[in-house]
Amino acid sequence: MFDLGYNASLVAIGAGLLGLAAGVTGTFLFLRKRALVSDAISHSTLPGVALAFIVMVSFGGDGRSLVGLMAGSALSAAAGLLAVGWLTRRTRLAEDAAIGVVLSVFFGLGIVLLTVIQAMSAGRQAGLEGYLLGSTAGMLRTDALIIAVGGALVLALVALLRRMLIVTAFDPEFAGSIGIDTGRADLAMMGLVLAVTVVGLKIVGLILIVALLILPPVAARFWSDRAGSVALIAGGIGGVSGAVGAMLSVSAPALPTGPIIVLVAFAIFAMSMLFAPRRGVVAALIRHLSFRNRVHLRQGLLALAQGQPVYEALTRRLLRRAGLIRADGVATGAGTAQAAKALLDERRWQWLRASEGTGAAAARYDGLTPIETVLTADQIARIDSQLRPGGLV
Amino acid sequence: MIGTEFVPLSLPPLLIGTLAALACALPGNFLVLRRQALIGDAISHVVLPGIVVAFLLTGRVSTWPMMLGAGGAALLAVLMIEVIRRAGKIEPGAAMGVVFTTLFAAGVLLLEQSDTSAVHLDVQHALYGNLESLIWLDALGWNSLLDPVALAGLPTELPRMALVLVGVIGFIWLFWRPLALSTFDEGFARSLGIATGPLGLGLVVIAAMAAVAAFDAVGSIIVIAMFICPPAAARLMTNRLSLQVAWSQGFAGLAAVSGYVLAGYGPLWLGYAHAVSAAGMIATVSGLILALAALFGPCRARLGQPAG
Amino acid sequence: MTQLKLAAQEGAAPVEDLSDIPLAIRGLTVSYGSDPAVFSVDMTVPEGAMLAVIGPNGAGKSTLLKAALGVIPKLSGLVTVYGQPIASQRRRIAYVPQRASVDWDFPTRVIDVVLMGLYRDLGLLGRVRRSHRDQARACLARVGMEGFADRQIGQLSGGQQQRVFLARALAQAADLYLLDEPFAGVDAATEKAIVTVLKALRDEGRTVVCVHHDLATVTDYFSHVFLLNRRKIAAGPVAKVFTQQMLQAAYGGRLSGGQIDRIAAS
Ligand SMILES: Nc1ncnc2c1ncn2[C@@H]1O[C@H](COP(=O)(O)OP(=O)(O)OP(=O)(O)O)[C@@H](O)[C@H]1O
Ligand SMILES: [Mg+2]
Repeated sequence: MFDLGYNASLVAIGAGLLGLAAGVTGTFLFLRKRALVSDAISHSTLPGVALAFIVMVSFGGDGRSLVGLMAGSALSAAAGLLAVGWLTRRTRLAEDAAIGVVLSVFFGLGIVLLTVIQAMSAGRQAGLEGYLLGSTAGMLRTDALIIAVGGALVLALVALLRRMLIVTAFDPEFAGSIGIDTGRADLAMMGLVLAVTVVGLKIVGLILIVALLILPPVAARFWSDRAGSVALIAGGIGGVSGAVGAMLSVSAPALPTGPIIVLVAFAIFAMSMLFAPRRGVVAALIRHLSFRNRVHLRQGLLALAQGQPVYEALTRRLLRRAGLIRADGVATGAGTAQAAKALLDERRWQWLRASEGTGAAAARYDGLTPIETVLTADQIARIDSQLRPGGLV
Repeated sequence: MIGTEFVPLSLPPLLIGTLAALACALPGNFLVLRRQALIGDAISHVVLPGIVVAFLLTGRVSTWPMMLGAGGAALLAVLMIEVIRRAGKIEPGAAMGVVFTTLFAAGVLLLEQSDTSAVHLDVQHALYGNLESLIWLDALGWNSLLDPVALAGLPTELPRMALVLVGVIGFIWLFWRPLALSTFDEGFARSLGIATGPLGLGLVVIAAMAAVAAFDAVGSIIVIAMFICPPAAARLMTNRLSLQVAWSQGFAGLAAVSGYVLAGYGPLWLGYAHAVSAAGMIATVSGLILALAALFGPCRARLGQPAG
Repeated sequence: MTQLKLAAQEGAAPVEDLSDIPLAIRGLTVSYGSDPAVFSVDMTVPEGAMLAVIGPNGAGKSTLLKAALGVIPKLSGLVTVYGQPIASQRRRIAYVPQRASVDWDFPTRVIDVVLMGLYRDLGLLGRVRRSHRDQARACLARVGMEGFADRQIGQLSGGQQQRVFLARALAQAADLYLLDEPFAGVDAATEKAIVTVLKALRDEGRTVVCVHHDLATVTDYFSHVFLLNRRKIAAGPVAKVFTQQMLQAAYGGRLSGGQIDRIAAS
């Protein structure tokens, strides 16, 4: 590892822990389909930061105490969260509109207060702008320490509450049935989001902190279908993004920390979305195309067997490429054989689902499953012996 | 008010702010009804990278390249959101969150990396705009409104904003019926042969045009507030689409005017010497209007839930 | 069987003449993911028929209608309406979606919903005239909802909403009506009112296709059935197709023997 210095190492550790906590917390939000609530929370910290500054200055402090500003931001973020809840419960507005309202209005109010501060300090830089985009430049040792400890604390909280949160995120009704108070679980989740936001405010900035809560879980989702693993992977992605981003930013002080962390996380997301083995886009595309080709081939074969026209150009192209028909559309030897097999399969399935006592499985035949995968050779032979020539169609 | 001071210093920003509010609130109605309110949020975030890229390409701060750049960025954002949503099977809110934070981060980074110190292009400006600086130095009083020479010196933002507002009105007027239909019942709209996909995209592009034009003058924060707050408040006032749109325009105008006045004169009334951010105040007032509508609006309650 | 333009343009072998067939579907496959929701379905709706599409939940009935109308994309297959590609025949089709697909909170009145049925006449900018309003009110009257014209759509009960959507379809004055579960969640009186309207449509020579769930009423209401469960199970006149064996094939083990006997006997 290159030499970062004590402060910078602390910041990197803090950002890593924060990223970890954010990734895990964000997973619950994401699974509850409420990712953007975090946007409302983070934007509504601004009036709190400004008010805390004003209060601290008017009591004679210099207003820049990180703990004070964090306390202020937590209070106003909580107010924003309550406002979102109130609007969605009490009015006909959907949650997305409520989020938009709260984030823009609180942010607007925050900006009004920032201009008040500018006037108060009469030209003296209050340094609050750093909270918009995050910065590590000129950070005090105590600040670095607070962030590292804060990140660790949030992470500990997440670890403590994880079981309740996972169950609720995955299946709220089941959670209710085993005695978990889902209202309280949601509250805990939002509390964690709030904590992540407040701790991350200084280094990531309030506009981009949501990225730490959203990008890692979305990226992780491509790698697993299980809530627990998604949370763990998201934590890993968040931790790596936070730590790497903070280190990069410290080594090149002109770069604001928040954007770098976000872009690192996005890089991981993009790779996951493209190349994850099962849910990745490339894999899905290949699967889709091969599935489409199977459907067309099968339909083409059935049409050939029944002497019906093959309607679609794509079907004909695929049949031809597979050597099943000639250029003039007449079936080749292989084509005739496969078509006969397809038709036989089709009639076996028809017999199977028309006969009593075979249950819903046969009824849900999708047209593509080879019958050999469901029945034994004996069973198939028994069906064949009962098939009347000509069949049902 | 005295014309000699009001006309050059307050009239242009007041008008620009109002026009911007109206232009954003209009498409905002459909965004809110389509549960796409946060697309407005996303658009206003990605305007920044668009403008920065346009600046880096042309080397100048000039209007039309920046409008194009920002419009392109908005379109890119919407396409990215769609790709992530469909190809990645990711819920729309999360897909939006991924895209707009990333593009915004990229914009900030580009901005910090490039030498923009000579021009006023910075993140603060992008967020809260610079409404107060849009003054009309050639004006001497109300008479200047009739003086072609003085009129030529109007801030260029004013005619541009007016033009965009006309464009937005034109789009909404032309596509009112299919927009309403496809928002209410998309399956039925498609069965009529309405191209709901391109129509939705067109709505977003129009919203982006409004956002971009407004952005330069008033900053992204008003843009988000105006996309969402007046339409949301209007929805609580009526159960008819045309009335809702009318209410939203009224609320947007009210918020812009009273927000501007409060920001400029409010502190003076309270005995402070300095005005506060007009953009922030307009957003705040629009929030107050929404709060009142949420408390007292005649159609505030969800269906099947008694008002109260 | 004679030649058809559509097939000629595709360069295919001789195909049936479908120009009198209100709705013909050939080899339709639709998939939402990794397996087909409907596979290689052929469907021919004869003119003047009142046809019920029947099958268990998740059989693909809604999917079939939506894909036929181009509301959702299809993986393969051809659809013709009166022998033509559907894009040129939209005017002749009316579609009533399954209830859940609508935004009930949308700020619109009942009369405005019915006026949506006149979209093709009004176009983008055509003014809504008194004659259009009268037409819409007449359609509301036909379903017994004339007193509710100025209500917000969400303020109606489920059955009333269903009637309004039928009124909208009537306003379209189409030749082919496609309805997705028009009887879902309505009481006996509303069901009767809807059936009366549908039968009147048929008597005017129009063609009606309904997704239907209640097996007990099939023989009363419909002239043809189409049994679907991912695949076409059977199709044809009610008397020929609505048999125990076919229902067994469509529903698999889900219906008890007694249930089937009762239905087949009715
Ligand atoms: N939007 C969708 N995305 C993914 N799968 C879907 C979607 N819509 C339907 N399906 C699946 O496709 C299959 C057929 O659905 P469809 O809605 O056509 O059934 P249906 O016959 O209309 O059922 P019902 O009687 O319940 O209305 C089902 O297995 C369903 O889960
Ligand atoms: Mg259905």
